[in-house]
Amino acid sequence: MTSTCKDSGTASLKDDEEFTDILEERRRTTDLGYALRTFNPQPYKGAPTLSTSDLNKAVLESQYLCFIIKEIAMETGSSVEKVKEDASVILKEMSHNLQLGFIRLMGYTLNKVFKRLYRSIYVNMEGLNMLKQAIQESPVILIPNHRSYVDFLIISYILFTYDIPVPVIAAGIRLADVTIIGGILRRSGAFYIRRAIGSDKLYWAVLLEYVQTIVRTGYAPLEFYVEGFRSRTLKSLVPKLGMMDMVLEPYFKGEVFDITLVPISISYDRVLEESLLALELLGVPRPQESITGLFKASGVLQDDYGCMHVNFGRPLSARQLCEGKINWSEYNLIPRNLPQRPTAETQDCVNWLAHLIVRTQEEGSLISPWSLVACLLLQTPFTTLTEEGLQWHQLTEKTLWLRKLVLDFGARLNWPAHIPDSEVMSSTVALHHSIVHHKEDRIYLVQGEDSARQDPLSPEEGVMRMAVVVLMLVSYRNQALHVFVRPGILAIAIHITKSTRKDELFNFFCFLRDVFSDEFIFIPGRAAQDFEEACSLLQKCGAVHTSQQEVTVLETGLEVLSFLQKLLQPFLDSYQLMFRYLCEKEDHVFTEEQFLPDVRNLATKLIHSGDLHTFEVLSSDMQKNVLSALRRLEAVTKLRASQQKEYKVNKAAVSRTGDILSGKVPLESLHTTPDARLQCQVE
Amino acid sequence: MASNSSGSDSSDRQRIAQQRLSVIAGHLQRPVEGNSGILAAECKAQGDKLDVSSERRTVPRRRQEIMKWNGWGYSDSKFLYNKKGQAEFTGKRYRLSGMIIPGLREWMESTFGANLQHKTPAAPILNSSVVQPPTLNEAFLKELKSTGIPFSHDAEDRVFRSHGHCLHEIFALREGKIGRVPDLVVWPNCHNDVVKIVELACKHNVCLIPYGGGTSVSSALECPPEETRSIVSLDTSQMNRILWIDEKNLTAHVEAGIVGQDLERLLNESGYCTGHEPDSMEFSSLGGWVATRASGMKKNIYGNIEDLVVHIKMVTPRGVIEKSCQGPRMSTGPDVHHFIMGSEGTLGVVTEVTMKIRPMPEYQKYGSVVFPNFEMGVACLREVARQRCAPASIRLMDNEQFKFGHALKPQVSSIFTSFLDGLKKFYITKFKGFDPNRLCVATLLFEGDREKVLQHEKQVYDIAAKFGGLAAGEDNGQRGYMLTFVIAYLRDLGMDYYVIGESFETSMPWDRVLDICRNVKARIVRECKDKGVQFPPLSTCRVTQTYDAGACVYFYFAFNYRGLSDPVHVYEQVEHAAREEILANGGSLSHHHGVGKLRKEWMRETISSVGMGMLKSVKDYVDPNNIFGNRNLL
Repeated sequence: MTSTCKDSGTASLKDDEEFTDILEERRRTTDLGYALRTFNPQPYKGAPTLSTSDLNKAVLESQYLCFIIKEIAMETGSSVEKVKEDASVILKEMSHNLQLGFIRLMGYTLNKVFKRLYRSIYVNMEGLNMLKQAIQESPVILIPNHRSYVDFLIISYILFTYDIPVPVIAAGIRLADVTIIGGILRRSGAFYIRRAIGSDKLYWAVLLEYVQTIVRTGYAPLEFYVEGFRSRTLKSLVPKLGMMDMVLEPYFKGEVFDITLVPISISYDRVLEESLLALELLGVPRPQESITGLFKASGVLQDDYGCMHVNFGRPLSARQLCEGKINWSEYNLIPRNLPQRPTAETQDCVNWLAHLIVRTQEEGSLISPWSLVACLLLQTPFTTLTEEGLQWHQLTEKTLWLRKLVLDFGARLNWPAHIPDSEVMSSTVALHHSIVHHKEDRIYLVQGEDSARQDPLSPEEGVMRMAVVVLMLVSYRNQALHVFVRPGILAIAIHITKSTRKDELFNFFCFLRDVFSDEFIFIPGRAAQDFEEACSLLQKCGAVHTSQQEVTVLETGLEVLSFLQKLLQPFLDSYQLMFRYLCEKEDHVFTEEQFLPDVRNLATKLIHSGDLHTFEVLSSDMQKNVLSALRRLEAVTKLRASQQKEYKVNKAAVSRTGDILSGKVPLESLHTTPDARLQCQVE
Repeated sequence: MASNSSGSDSSDRQRIAQQRLSVIAGHLQRPVEGNSGILAAECKAQGDKLDVSSERRTVPRRRQEIMKWNGWGYSDSKFLYNKKGQAEFTGKRYRLSGMIIPGLREWMESTFGANLQHKTPAAPILNSSVVQPPTLNEAFLKELKSTGIPFSHDAEDRVFRSHGHCLHEIFALREGKIGRVPDLVVWPNCHNDVVKIVELACKHNVCLIPYGGGTSVSSALECPPEETRSIVSLDTSQMNRILWIDEKNLTAHVEAGIVGQDLERLLNESGYCTGHEPDSMEFSSLGGWVATRASGMKKNIYGNIEDLVVHIKMVTPRGVIEKSCQGPRMSTGPDVHHFIMGSEGTLGVVTEVTMKIRPMPEYQKYGSVVFPNFEMGVACLREVARQRCAPASIRLMDNEQFKFGHALKPQVSSIFTSFLDGLKKFYITKFKGFDPNRLCVATLLFEGDREKVLQHEKQVYDIAAKFGGLAAGEDNGQRGYMLTFVIAYLRDLGMDYYVIGESFETSMPWDRVLDICRNVKARIVRECKDKGVQFPPLSTCRVTQTYDAGACVYFYFAFNYRGLSDPVHVYEQVEHAAREEILANGGSLSHHHGVGKLRKEWMRETISSVGMGMLKSVKDYVDPNNIFGNRNLL
């Protein structure tokens, strides 16, 4: 028997969905019994029974790979046998070696680990059942978000538990080198992909054929992270298109009737690597990737990490989603086995689809009470948090107010219904003792572990120490950010333009959407829908009144608008600071290696002097996003010739962007989104 | 398996031919007085010496005498469920005629969820009052009368020429619904008659629609509803003589209205054949083959129509087009024959054709091979094509169609046969481990001299063995080919019990065969579900022709429409989606059915705008006033 946790009391979950705690049963049975359970899943109906060696053989003998091998042999002047040899070495490095025995071992181990780390792992059974069905009908691609190392095998673990074929998983090659673990993961279904493949033609060809053979034959569900990496900020990352392209191509070429995409949202009450993530963002060199190292270093296994939610999204049909977006005839005149660059139209479609998947992951994720608290703490002056402390009742009151707002905005909130609110508050604060502590009805930020240290800190050290805690807080805020982004951007547009005209607001909304499209996930071509969504949400919570032409702020809405504005203010401030740095630089050319520490130093000084009120500018993630935004806006260009990442800055363009962003200069010409033709028809 | 000699087979054929002849002769003996609408005046044929056919023609002017008005084929041949609830095929014309087919009922019930209790009978007789009165062009009619060419404006005659055999056309007829029909039917008797008719049509601005065998499945015979002129159906069925046979060059000069079975029978009498055997050959005409770019089952030996034709004479509004000589190949600019072939009646009427003939094959042998799955079967066909050793015909049915073929097995008389069948089944499924729900069968037809056939047979079976194929006997092969001729009759049976369906075809490169088969079948199933079809559809295919660079695939699609308010519309939507799927996967718009009006919308993407312009400019030159106004193709 399993118990269900039904949070419908506060209507926090849509559609009355039920989550089941899968650890509940595990705690009552033996781990060994679990690991040795009969595993007899129903695979894809057309799937042949291929062994891993059959799969590798099929890849090496594929017409496509043979063609590329010959081509490379011709180009390089080496023999076909030699190139083929190289290809098989690459394949050996790449390929998984899924074995049931290791799946059982994994089940056994994860049972032990999960039971110790988590109170519960909640899974929506309805989604799981839909997946079970879908797996029999077409090749399935599982696309979870990636927030922690812990979730690397969670999907396999759940599917094993519920008698569903376990996936093969795309992983970064660095994981392969971790002693023992790399091998175990390989045998649990991981296959390894190099980072920065660049122009290695043979590698691309092997990878493409490997991935596509898995998809074409329906060999096993394929799992990969569309965001490309583990998100260090806990914020969704702009999707990478490489794998998405590869995975969808068999469908575009008609080699399979359909492909089912299953977005999966994994949400944590508390992330295992929270402090490591913050350190990494601050540029503290991270230790060699090693899970054992991680466990050892922080003694994490002793700590409480609350609950984990795994929400299997509704299976999406690639066929349905791409309908009308792909011109098939482009594939008709070239033999299937020859490499073919997708047209711009197809690339747009894949890009759109990838964004849609990430958005769906966002919508499917559960927001914890702590994320709400984090949003609010970050809007509290730091001196309050560090010195006099924030009053407990004030925080509780504000959090409950915010709870109402997120529910109005339609978010999935993980707020237990059967427990009094005050208890929810204290337990969530207790869970995050690494960030805050609760003393005499006041909340304080935890500052550094070694408070015993006597010698005074240097200003820089002080800022950095503070930054670690703040960035941890920021990452929990980020878990909830997607709920507020659209109305938030509208709130900023209202604030900066001081306009009530819908068209002006829309233009500015689009501008902001464009500038921040590396920070937040916006589905391309959906600016108008995003704007409408923002208007209607603000209207719904009573912040504005919208008519055909106008958006007017209501007296009652000031609290909401100011909350939203403050929520996004760190982004505006950070971007402005970096714009200012670029404009004030003497040189027009700079490298990334130089940019990051320079900005960090400048920001540290300004924070220390009290001229800058956000620590987020210190995050390397945001610094990279700024560069990427400026490149997109063509204010910064990458120099081709250089070996290092060298950029040339157009100071006028950067400062103009900054001026528009601060409202000094109005945004003139009507802003049109570049890919408005990719209008979304889904839902 | 012991091989039957071709002797019994050909005597069988002769018996059937004799039967047909006697039936037809009976029809011809009927007095003609009753046909008030027809003015009889025979035109003297040019080739009297060889005109052996006039007394033995299959198709009379009044088609209703032998054919159904709202279904396929001969009135005397149809499937029905007898009082015991067993399926039976009536008449005497076919091998299956008069036989009980025990498996059909269960197959229909289990495949479609059909039920003998739920009938949808067709309107029994044509109600002439629902046919709109003809719009006659009096001046045209007056001059036509003076030529002495027979014509009629009888309602039945006109309705017969208003349709082909698309599902929607037959469905409407069964419900007694009649749309726009031709206003007049004329029966030219020779080329010169056609010249006169076309001249008069141009003079009086009358719309002409050529009519051959009426077997179109592309809405090509439908009268355009927007046509306001008087529409005259030009029925070529009476131009059905073989004018001469040239034994030195092995060609025959034939009037274009002759139907396939007559052409073969008459040539056979002289020891020859054309070898052109489209599935519709009982009824389709030579002119129709030329106008649609037809393909025959045995094209591997004899070629498709474009390979068979040596010379074409066509009457157009601009005059007669023909070549000055009969050279076997010419380099004289683009081949004008290719403007004619596939023109679908939009440019003129094909009146006479010189085509290649061959001595009748000495020996014929059927065969079949069972493969563990469709993929292996396709791989085998591809290898056969690569080695260029395809037999006269080689077709690969998928699993569903294999089961369908099985359901059509007539009752076996001897216990021994059924015992043998059981043994075979055991051997294939248990001993060889073939999954009965995945295996598929290829049917083969070999032709030629005995020794070569046997040698050829061995070669093909050897290739098949490499792809896991097991020889499965002549019977299975022959039944496969029989299916082609009776399947159209079966559709009528289905329509009696809420089942509608149709076949459609395409061609594609070899590397897309499996993908198209899989995706189109899956699309049909998905679309049916989406469109609210209550029962799972039959969605099946077979590879019917192999080429060096690709293959031709036929899809059969049928479903039980109980619970749908507009089944034909649903059917059309699904077929439309299936065609979209074919095109998206790199299949062609049509391999041999043609475009007609049914597939016009995809012509531009198929041949490009420039290509459309080329065709358009030919049409504009040849027929500036759109006398041949059936509006097919463009």
